Amino acid sequence: MFGLFKKFKSGLAKTVAAIAAKTHGLFGGRKIDAASLEELEEALYTADFGVETTAEILKEIKEAYRQDPGLQGKQAAELGAAVLRRVLAGSEGVLAGGARPPGALGSENAPGGRVPPSNPTVIALIGVNGSGKTTTSAKLGWLLKQDGRGVTLAACDTFRAAAVEQLKSWATRLDLEIVASHTGADSAAVAFDAWQAAKARHRDFLIVDTAGRLHTKSNLMDELAKIRRVLQKNDPTAPHHAWLVVDGSLGSNSIEQARVFHKSFGLTGLVVTKLDGTSRGGAIVGIWRELRLPIYFLGLGEQPEDLQPFNAANYARAVFGLDD
Amino acid sequence: MFESLTDKLSSALRNLRGVGQLTEANMAAALQEVRTALLGADVHFKVAREFVERVQSQCVGQEVLKGVAPGQQVVKIIHDELVRLLGEGSAALSPARPLKVLMVGLHGSGKTTTTAKLGKLLRKRGYNTPFAVACDVYRPAAIDQLEILAKQEDIGFYADRVSKDVPAIAAAGLAAALAANADLILFDTAGRLQIDHDLIEEVKKLSARIQPDEVLLVADGALGQEAVNVAKAFHDALALTGLILTKLDGDARGGAALSIKSITGVPIKFVGTGEKTGEFDTFYPDRLASRILGMGDVVSLVEKAQENIDQKEAERMAEKMRKADFNLEDFLAQMQQVKKLGSMQSIMGMMPGMSGMQVPEGAEKQMARTEAIIQSMTIQERRKPELLNGNRRKRIADGSGTKIAEVNALMKQFQQMQQMMKMMKGGGAKKMMRQLEAMKGKGRFPGM
Ligand SMILES: Nc1nc2c(ncn2[C@@H]2O[C@H](COP(=O)(O)OP(=O)(O)OP(=O)(O)O)[C@@H](O)[C@H]2O)c(=O)[nH]1
Ligand SMILES: [Mg+2]
Repeated sequence: MFGLFKKFKSGLAKTVAAIAAKTHGLFGGRKIDAASLEELEEALYTADFGVETTAEILKEIKEAYRQDPGLQGKQAAELGAAVLRRVLAGSEGVLAGGARPPGALGSENAPGGRVPPSNPTVIALIGVNGSGKTTTSAKLGWLLKQDGRGVTLAACDTFRAAAVEQLKSWATRLDLEIVASHTGADSAAVAFDAWQAAKARHRDFLIVDTAGRLHTKSNLMDELAKIRRVLQKNDPTAPHHAWLVVDGSLGSNSIEQARVFHKSFGLTGLVVTKLDGTSRGGAIVGIWRELRLPIYFLGLGEQPEDLQPFNAANYARAVFGLDD
Repeated sequence: MFESLTDKLSSALRNLRGVGQLTEANMAAALQEVRTALLGADVHFKVAREFVERVQSQCVGQEVLKGVAPGQQVVKIIHDELVRLLGEGSAALSPARPLKVLMVGLHGSGKTTTTAKLGKLLRKRGYNTPFAVACDVYRPAAIDQLEILAKQEDIGFYADRVSKDVPAIAAAGLAAALAANADLILFDTAGRLQIDHDLIEEVKKLSARIQPDEVLLVADGALGQEAVNVAKAFHDALALTGLILTKLDGDARGGAALSIKSITGVPIKFVGTGEKTGEFDTFYPDRLASRILGMGDVVSLVEKAQENIDQKEAERMAEKMRKADFNLEDFLAQMQQVKKLGSMQSIMGMMPGMSGMQVPEGAEKQMARTEAIIQSMTIQERRKPELLNGNRRKRIADGSGTKIAEVNALMKQFQQMQQMMKMMKGGGAKKMMRQLEAMKGKGRFPGM
């Protein structure tokens, strides 16, 4: 567990490096003036924070600048990070019994080690096409396994060509248990069987990978509802987590995605992927503001270890390039 | 795709209505809102600013036309400017034969599906022997995915499941395609970040080996501000020749298209509008601009209809509608034609003012039931619906596995349709428009 925690930290350092690369310089030792305020506005917009959060951060920095015309870039960045931290307060998802540093594990399993759960904790990953669901399923399975948990994967994308093979080859590569059928099979039936298998083998977690779908297609949303119904035949409380996997390089449409998926499926959290690029995934701030869906993990690359727990303070500092 | 932007533009410009003339002052307020709307639609910060500046200078320099609301005038200027910007450069493909096309882009943008879609579309346009080469050796099962799609579309296929030497695989694939006499050769590559130095070098080498005639960037229509960095880096590395926007069947505002176009100057060539391989089309800037301004994408619906619907049949139908001599047999035929156009949602996306609207739950199922009901009628009944008395209706309900109430409802709907056609025939088109408006207001999809 401790070993893993260290890895998380270095992973977060990676977030910082990735996200900060662009903002740095802007907030250097330089004094704030009208021109740099405009640059600041641009930087905030180009992080996809959206109109509301950008306005809020700018307002606070402008106010501070009005009171102290000697305001330095670095101080402005601190202010911005503070606003972001405030906005994101409470947004860190904690996977009970899952991959978190010991302190964060919560009281659920303490004291005295953990009792094998009677039913597997079911995590369903959903999202639009290509957002990173399958890769995240694999990475999450690996993470939980590293943490000593028993994991079963359910290959419920029976729609896209070779989606089943994709998750299967991850399972082989990472030595994860998987229940899969074939393309064209009934996804809900796969979910049902996978739950039964996970239960029979006393697994802690069942991770359900689903087919990508645009939120605008109601018939595909029905398929998700069916997966849920079938899972609930096994366990009325499943799925315990329904996470929207959001592509961090997308803009404001992520908010609309979250809105619609939440309305029709009842989300419990988010995973944001592809933050190893230069995008800063600011749209998640908008999602959090509106829907209060906690952010559980960030995807920072294509390797299994590139899935990191979300930490709001780190994220805020990273966005403003505060950790060198 | 641009609906929300449209909404915002129209509300921003509403304030200009009733204003006597365009002044810098009243323009500034409205244009500030336009800028906010563009930013909200994910248009890149700098692009939005430049766009607004250009529009402003054009507006202020102009005299207010008599009889035209200033708002309309501004809409026209924005529209023209959008068309100009989006449409710069030619969307035509290189005339080379065989045509070698390299597909590149970020992870999950839709390259593999788009590769198959492009093969399918271009076959309709005179390339007889499309061929796909799988160059994504990284994502698990990416090769399988392309192979399945290529088989399904009867596209030639080459892959090497052992080697990791991507440029060499591409070269071998090219040789295989040439040996197969392919006239269109598509190279599907792995998703890569524009800042991933090694992978960018790799695709540069690949490109140098195969010397593509077209290098197409496949970009998600919902991309955020990142679109600019991505497009610029790919353009610098590979000299892009075109852009394909994907997932436009969603409701993303699509500001990325505007950003990428203005930053790179690379023409937008195709758009993806659904998961099925047929849901793919040429890009038309004027349509996109019209759509931005809320005029709907009527032209592309018409064109799509032309490709898929038998022309004579359509004319016969139009004639019947005109004469209000339209029976249930025609209704059935028409429903089957509509189905050829694609899913109801994608058709809706192209209808003016309806693109944001949801096809009501179960609408497709409903359509299937309607079909079953009509199919359970005799030819005579279909031609003379007035024959349908209680007994016949009961028989039809039983035959189609529906309830009498459903048969009744269908008949009532059909009568309304006939009435509408009669109104049209009698020059009552305006009245019909009002009815349609009312239906739209209720958020209901008319007919069927
Ligand atoms: N750079 C980077 N790439 C990622 C990350 N997560 C996923 N990807 C890549 O994004 C692409 C799409 O990921 P998938 O996991 O197949 O996405 P999906 O949501 O399952 O896609 P569909 O099932 O087709 O809807 C793959 O090439 C992944 O390797 C990430 O955090 N960083
Ligand atoms: Mg998948």
